[in-house]
Amino acid sequence: MSQPTIVVVGNGMVGYKFCEKLVSRSTQFNIIVFGEEPRIAYDRVHLSEYFNGKSADDLSLSNSSWYADNGISLHLDDPIQEINRIDKTVHSLKGTVIKYDYLVMATGSSPFVPNIEGVEKKGVFVYRTIEDLDLIRDYAASAKVGAVMGGGLLGLEAAKALIDLGIKETHVIEFAPRLMPRQVDSAGSAMLQSKLKEFGLSIHLNKSTSEIAGDDKIEFLKFNDDTSLTVDMLVISAGIRPRDELAKLAGLQTSSRGGVIVNEKMQTSDECIFAIGECALYNSMIYGLVAPGYEMADIVATLLTGGDKSFYGYDMSTKLKLIGVDVASFGDAFVTEPECRTIVFEDSHKGIYKRINISNDGKYLLGGILVGEAEAYNILLQTVNNKILLPPNPEDLILGSRGGDTAEGAGIMSLPDDALICSCEAVSKLAICSAVNNGAVDIDDIKKCTKAGTGCGGCVPLVKDLIAGTMKANGQYVKNVICEHFDYSRQELFDMVKINKLKNYDLVLDHFGKGDGCEVCKPAVASILSSLWNDVIVKQDTIQDSNDRYLANIQKGGTYSVVPRIPGGEITPDKLIVIGQVAKRYGLYTKITGGQRIDMFGAHVNDLPAIWEELIDAGFESGHAYGKSLRTVKSCVGSTWCRYGLHDSVSFAIEIEERYKGVRSPHKLKGGVSGCVRECAEAQAKDFGIIATEKGWNLYVCGNGGSKPQHAQLLATDIDSATCIKYLDRFLMFYIKTADPLTRTATWLNKMDGGIAYLKNVIINNSLDINEQVEEEMQELVDTYHCEWKEVVENDELRKRFVHFINAPEEKDPAIKFEPMREQIKAKW
Amino acid sequence: METMADIEWVLACYADDVPANGGACVKHGNEQIAIYNFARRGEWYATQNLCPHKQQMVLSRGMIGSEGNSCEPKVACPFHKKTFSLLSGECLSGDDFQIKTYPVRVEDGKVYIGILE
Repeated sequence: MSQPTIVVVGNGMVGYKFCEKLVSRSTQFNIIVFGEEPRIAYDRVHLSEYFNGKSADDLSLSNSSWYADNGISLHLDDPIQEINRIDKTVHSLKGTVIKYDYLVMATGSSPFVPNIEGVEKKGVFVYRTIEDLDLIRDYAASAKVGAVMGGGLLGLEAAKALIDLGIKETHVIEFAPRLMPRQVDSAGSAMLQSKLKEFGLSIHLNKSTSEIAGDDKIEFLKFNDDTSLTVDMLVISAGIRPRDELAKLAGLQTSSRGGVIVNEKMQTSDECIFAIGECALYNSMIYGLVAPGYEMADIVATLLTGGDKSFYGYDMSTKLKLIGVDVASFGDAFVTEPECRTIVFEDSHKGIYKRINISNDGKYLLGGILVGEAEAYNILLQTVNNKILLPPNPEDLILGSRGGDTAEGAGIMSLPDDALICSCEAVSKLAICSAVNNGAVDIDDIKKCTKAGTGCGGCVPLVKDLIAGTMKANGQYVKNVICEHFDYSRQELFDMVKINKLKNYDLVLDHFGKGDGCEVCKPAVASILSSLWNDVIVKQDTIQDSNDRYLANIQKGGTYSVVPRIPGGEITPDKLIVIGQVAKRYGLYTKITGGQRIDMFGAHVNDLPAIWEELIDAGFESGHAYGKSLRTVKSCVGSTWCRYGLHDSVSFAIEIEERYKGVRSPHKLKGGVSGCVRECAEAQAKDFGIIATEKGWNLYVCGNGGSKPQHAQLLATDIDSATCIKYLDRFLMFYIKTADPLTRTATWLNKMDGGIAYLKNVIINNSLDINEQVEEEMQELVDTYHCEWKEVVENDELRKRFVHFINAPEEKDPAIKFEPMREQIKAKW
Repeated sequence: METMADIEWVLACYADDVPANGGACVKHGNEQIAIYNFARRGEWYATQNLCPHKQQMVLSRGMIGSEGNSCEPKVACPFHKKTFSLLSGECLSGDDFQIKTYPVRVEDGKVYIGILE
């Protein structure tokens, strides 16, 4: 028998997942995919990240060769126009006709656009595809006031996107009396609203739009309550409508409210045609999330490969981060007394709202809502889904245990074996624990043998706790070892390398390790060697991460970026001219960085030594932007120019940056010095931050920006400059000696028993009696500073390593291509 | 089984050119091939230079090492640390990628790559 042909209509996330699941089970099908959009399937869930620098390519679920590699023929930009169920053929817009054995409709949904006067005007958009985002971005460039119609999950995402695009004033208009009406209750909505206001969003509830007014293009919105709002652009996010028009045309049973009606096998009224994802209506319900769509895809793939599986609805619990605010809702979130008892916790100062609904007998958790802090989401959801008996004080679930022993992880181990831990890949607790019993020791092992955590990644913390819990239960000693080659923590290895005076990686591996090393332990040991002996790192170039190996930051396409040090952000006009000349000569893209210096992008590896030769001649030094080491000490302009400045923050920032430049550490280090409490240098978001006071300086440590922002904590107040540097010496060296690899100071402090009080005791009161020693060690590193690029530029042997082709050293990588953008270049990708 | 007659041995570079326990990239016509000098084990490997994950020409700049009890030799892409077996070309990070590998011979300080004709 010949291969059965399966035609998939729609190349969105669910259509793609169906193909992935089908080819992983069987190669006996001839799969043909038709997509309306011009690109391969991409991640719509994280669409708003497109405005945060992710490209369409980053959002892709696969690469262009994936379809071909798996024998799938892909027709992009070619929607199916007609299904002929009698001949069993599909007809595409471009005229392709294919005979199918089975047809899978994954046509998704389209944004619902209400029938309001003026929706066709210029400046009115929807938010669904990358093309929509491109249109929004182009229009936003000239817009000052934006509005989003719809305060649901997608609407708030869209509002975030407008803020990210630089729209100064963004409004959200919601018809219902609360935000996210499907996920949160009124009190949760109020808390969310107050948090969102802090981010500059204006929220209008109970507002119904009657007209989009303006000549030709949108100028203002009119509402039913006779008020109006002047806006330059509008994004409509008023819900979704299943794309069922093709099904209707083919005479398949559809609902009058939209959706292709399917049974528990995802079959439509024609048994050879399936519908999955947002176009499918099961039990009068459209499932507008990706996880149930994936489940539907799995059911059809199972069925077609001879298995048996059914759909019985799906848990619509969800957790997400909206404009920096965690929001989660799980189980039966809205059930009220007398059907249950609710426990509510509200902290309007921190913007936290938590509600749990428990059964009247106090035994079971029914559901709940979390706003502002949702760390407990995973375990709460498990508690609901597995009907776990509640502890005597269920309020501990949302407040944390107060006093007494904290039984961390115990809750996870008490889950039943069949508890679903990873819902993207349907992996149970039993599967994960068995994998650990069979030798898996870390998250990477688990990902490989169970696929848990490879989807959205939301379950990763839970999986890690399960690994640790299972290992503990087995009596295995859970130790923070570097990798399979070194059975020691970084701190242990640091001391052992020091005592034995080992100076290169191979010696360390021979003495304390096994095997041949890997990409985890090599840079970790390289960092230790550097922090101990401060030798020129390129002498051992092959144990360095790529950035450290080439002393530059590798970028998309394989070019590098070049960042000379500009201490404290202070630079003379002459040096600025040199940077401009160098960038021009080598065709580099220039941008001011967040750390007050200038980054030059697009350098070929071959050009790096010549670029640096010119920079060094002009008095520049390496900026170590590529290293796990001090980046910048950002400063405000301080008392020399600023009328508010108390002390000379620039001079102090330069002094500190010069002191610690080149010092290698477990992760990158950033500092800041502000000349007054207005904090223009954002010092409290840095690993160490210094703020001028009337009497001296306040020193803050262990702050962080990035994905998990954290304010630095106050270590010492009103200290003079010398004391400040002494404390910094101790703090940095203590961190360098004790932190795990790739652990920022904030995480290091978070894991430290006793926290900031302990750290203060070590640094200020010398509780470990190490201060004299660490001060000496730091001084040694300061005294042995060298500019790595100067070493390379002056050494022909080292220079020779900066080539792309070893057998054609003059030739540059022909795969590197650029295209113009705003009078500069960008990597063509 | 391939017979030796099918393989053309191409002079790629000198052994000294490739850093110990690291890689370098060789141009062969329009192809880019990564060569690895696994000095710790006295072994040489070669693979395609393109990382299939994000289509970047960078594998020669990756760190090499070994994995598991069998000490499977591997290279880690510098971009997102996807690792590949230097023996089979299989992706060891659990993704469904495969890279091309080439036989390598070193004679008189010269490195030859075997290209299938």
